[in-house]
Order: sequence, then structure tokens, then C-alpha cells
Amino acid sequence: MILETRGIGKSFGSVLALREVSMGVEPGRVTCVLGDNGAGKSTLIKILSGVHQHDAGTLLVDGAEVRLASPRDALERGIATVYQDLAMIPLMSVWRNFFLGSEPRKGLAFDVRKARRVAGEELRAMGIDIRDVDQPVGTLSGGERQSVAIARAVYFGARVLILDEPTSALGVKQAGVVLRYIARARDRGLGVVFITHNPHHAYPVGDRFLLLNRGTSLGEYAKADISREKLTSLMAGDAELEELAHELERE
Amino acid sequence: MTAAAGRADERLAQVGLVRRLLIRPELGAVVGAVVVFAFFASQSAVFRSPEGIANWLDPAATLGIMAVAIALLMIGGEFDLSAGVLTGTTGLILVTLATRYGLNVWLAMLVGLVVALGVGLLNGLIVTRTRLPSFIVTLGTFLMLQGVNLGVTKALTGTVQVSGLRRAEGYEGARAIFAGTVQIGGTPFRVAILWWLLVTAVATWVLMRSRAGNWIFAVGGNEQAARAVGVPAARTKIALFMTTAFAAWFVGSILALRYTSVQANIGIGQEFIYIIAAVIGGCLLTGGYGSAIGAAIGAVIFGMADKGIVFLGWDADWFKFFLGAMLLLATLANRLVRRYAEEVKH
Repeated sequence: MILETRGIGKSFGSVLALREVSMGVEPGRVTCVLGDNGAGKSTLIKILSGVHQHDAGTLLVDGAEVRLASPRDALERGIATVYQDLAMIPLMSVWRNFFLGSEPRKGLAFDVRKARRVAGEELRAMGIDIRDVDQPVGTLSGGERQSVAIARAVYFGARVLILDEPTSALGVKQAGVVLRYIARARDRGLGVVFITHNPHHAYPVGDRFLLLNRGTSLGEYAKADISREKLTSLMAGDAELEELAHELERE
Repeated sequence: MTAAAGRADERLAQVGLVRRLLIRPELGAVVGAVVVFAFFASQSAVFRSPEGIANWLDPAATLGIMAVAIALLMIGGEFDLSAGVLTGTTGLILVTLATRYGLNVWLAMLVGLVVALGVGLLNGLIVTRTRLPSFIVTLGTFLMLQGVNLGVTKALTGTVQVSGLRRAEGYEGARAIFAGTVQIGGTPFRVAILWWLLVTAVATWVLMRSRAGNWIFAVGGNEQAARAVGVPAARTKIALFMTTAFAAWFVGSILALRYTSVQANIGIGQEFIYIIAAVIGGCLLTGGYGSAIGAAIGAVIFGMADKGIVFLGWDADWFKFFLGAMLLLATLANRLVRRYAEEVKH
């Protein structure tokens, strides 16, 4: 396990945002975190990425207990997070965005040729087919932008990639594109944490599934132990859906 | 620019040379400059003579140095309304210290530089610490400097100007470097023109070929995102305000050395001309986009119109009309160009 939590918890004042959650991330495996809005998904990833500190349970990196002080601390341990808003500048070119904040240098100058070449190579290595690394990021589709952000995290040495709802704002086809890059990152040996509320996106690519509801774990399952139907029904809360269907029926 | 990276992609054919040129921010300014030059050159023989060119390149140079600095600041997402009066403040400091307190001209210039950088630092610190719009913050410093310029000058001299720099120690040397002329092909050109070309070249290098340039585009394009990937946003912005202040000191010193006297109300109203030149040069008012070369060309358009109207014997009042018309045309053209260029997306 590169990253593991044991009975981890976090409270904000009197609100218990997260209680007793245990999960693991292995190299070359995808751990999906599923849950509805308010289930505690974002609190969990903020602990994993160093934004918040847990106040119960233990967090382990490479088997050793740690407390991540800041996002930079997490990054230095190889834990990179790609947020929904992506931290990209729409008017800047793909290669400028790719190296923003970590520009390669040549003497005093920004090594522009290297940046352009490496950005192109890295994107292609991830199978990302960007027409032209000189085009502004704003002209890319949502899925392409996610993919560039993933490729950037991989290039800058991430061992664990945390993806915050990367498919939620995308259409069916675009979501498929992003899922393919998640698989590609996994194949390169990264441990991936894939946060989503869509079991249909999670099931094909996931190896383990952590289900969250109202701040606590409904269990962590290996793929062999859970079917797509079971996952979907746990996620949706079948009883609630039936009730809703009943309520919405015409008189 | 060609894509150094990548195998040939059949879809790249659609992003042809025309579109690649069009996506450049300075395109509108280049077209405008060509049209304005063609117009005045066809009407006036003096305008297209070497002497004429030297004549209209001069105002383009002093304006251009400021416009380039303001362009960098605007790409970084901020405004500086105090830059115009700051040229007056630095000029007044230079002349006052050299004539009334007997300082060497070089030393007086150094004091002016320190004061200018201090004003830039203050603007930058207030904007980055308080997150107030720089438009308001620098409007405040603009008014304060305007008051100081007039108040101090009146208190010291009883008039609204300081003069007599010619007699000060070190004047000839400083004048030769900042306000002299150089012979090119038998025609005397102001040395400020060379400084302007140098400033434009350096600014372009910084923007396109340095890490700082990447950061300037980033803090203007999306400050939050830039900070999230480790760009020192506050430091970048403060440096930009100080660069603008440095340019104001430079231009203020050039003008003071050239005319040997400074009016206390000089530079008021210039701040908008700098912004207009930068916008004609392709800068977006919202930041994150623009070019130093564009701003320099924007300044050329001004220089040509400023002097061209005189050469044609028109009333100089028409200059303002021309200014407004150019600004409107340039912003419209920039918007169209950007839309067309960004249609690349399929």
C-alpha cells in the first residue's frame, strides 16, 4: 500500500464530517470513492491531499504513519491531486500551462523548446492526442483539459493521483476519454484515487470501491466481491429511489 | 512560430499560417500602424522624409517606454493610473535637487529612482495585501502625487515650475545618455528611440522566454489557479508595479534632461494614453493576454498621428478624436480576431 487510512475521522466544531473510514491505495490499482453529495468525499480527499489534518485514526504513507502538513507536503511525498477546477489558465498555451510554476530553466531563461517538446511527448505517452501544444487551454474540451492535468501530475513524479470528480461535468463520450487516461495512469504504476458519484464510471476502471454515506464508510469492496448492480443499488439507495418513484407517480 | 514538438497531424492543416498570424495579439496594431502611415505619408512629403520619421518617432519613444511597462502590468491583470504623474514627480525631484540643493545630476536621478521604486512598491503592496482593485488604489496614489507635485513645487519656488537644470553639475553627461541625439544616415534621431527599442526587446524576452513571463501571463489569466501551482503571485505583481514605476522614472528623467525644466502638472492625463496604447497593442483589459511589441506599435500609431496632424496643417484638436476612434477600432478588431482565432476548436 502506498497510501492507507485506518479508522480515520475529522470533525469541524460539532459536525462530524468523517468517521471511521478505512481505505487503501496500491500501485497500479484504482481505488474508487463513491458517495452522494455530503457523503464526506471531499473531506476525505482533503485529508489525503494535505489540505485538512485528520483528528482521529491513522494515515499511512508507504506503511509509516504520517500527518500531512500541507498540500506541498503531500506533493513531496508523491501524492498529487487534480481538482475539478484544474488550476489551468485558459488563455495560455498547453505547454505553458503544463510547466506553470515548475518551468525548466536554461541559464536565466525559461527553456521554451524543452517545455514544448516535453509537454508534447508526455501527452502522447499518456495517449492524449492534442492537436497542437501551442493552442490555448481554453480551446480544449473539458475531457482534454482533465487529461492534460493528469499528464502534468504524472510527469511531475506523482505516485498517487487523486482525481476529484473528473467525469462529473462531462458528457458520455468525454467521460470515456478521461476514464481511458485513468487506466493509462494506472498502467504506468500509479495508485489512483478516483472520486465520483457515478457507479457506471467507477465500475469499469476500479479495483476497489469505498462507499461513503453521511460521513461514514458503508464498506470497502474488492471488485470480485461486488457486482455492478450491487454497487449501483448501494450508491443510489434503492429504498429511497422506490419511495421517490412512488411519490412522483401520477395520482 | 512552428510547433517544434510533434509529428505531423493531419488536422494541423486547418490551423494554417493565416490563423497563426491572427492569433498574435499585436496584429491589430500592425495593421493600424500600416494604415495610419500610408495615410499621412501619401499626404505629406515631410512625414515620410528621414527628418519627418525622426520627428514622429520621438513622441512614440517616450510614450512607448511607458506603454510597454503598462502592457506588462496589464497582462499581469492590474492597472496603474499613477504612472503618468510619477513621470512628473521624478522629473521635479531631479530638477529641484540639482538646482536648489546643488546635488550632482546623477545623484539627483538616483534619489528620483528610489522614490519611484518606493511608490511602485507601495502600489503593489496595497493591491496584493488588500485585494482592492488596482484601479482604485492607483487612482488614490495618482491624486496624492498630483497634490504633492503642485504643493511642494509652489512651496519651494512660488511658481508651478522648476527650471535651470542646464547649469547643474553632471548635466551634459546625463543629457548625452538620456536625452541626446544620434546620427543615423545623416539624420539626427533622439537617443530615446534607441532606449525604447531596447526596453521593448527586453520586455518581449521576459514575457516570452523567462519564467517571470510565464508567471505574468498566469497571474493575469487566473490568479487563484496560478497560486495553486506554486506561482508567487504577490511577488510577481509587486515586481510589475515597480517596473512601471521604474519606467516612469526613466521617462521623467529623459524629459527633464531634454527640456531642463519641469511643469508641476506634467504627466496628468498621460496614464490613459499609456493604457490606450497597450490596448491598441492587443492587451485585454481583463488581463492575461497581450504583447510588449504590440504596445510599442500602439505608441508608434500615436506618434504618427500626433505629428502627422501637425504636418498636414490640421487643428491639433483632431488628435483627441483620432485617439478615441483608434481605441474603438482596435478593441473591436482585437475581439473579432480573437474569436476567429479561437474557432480552431472543433
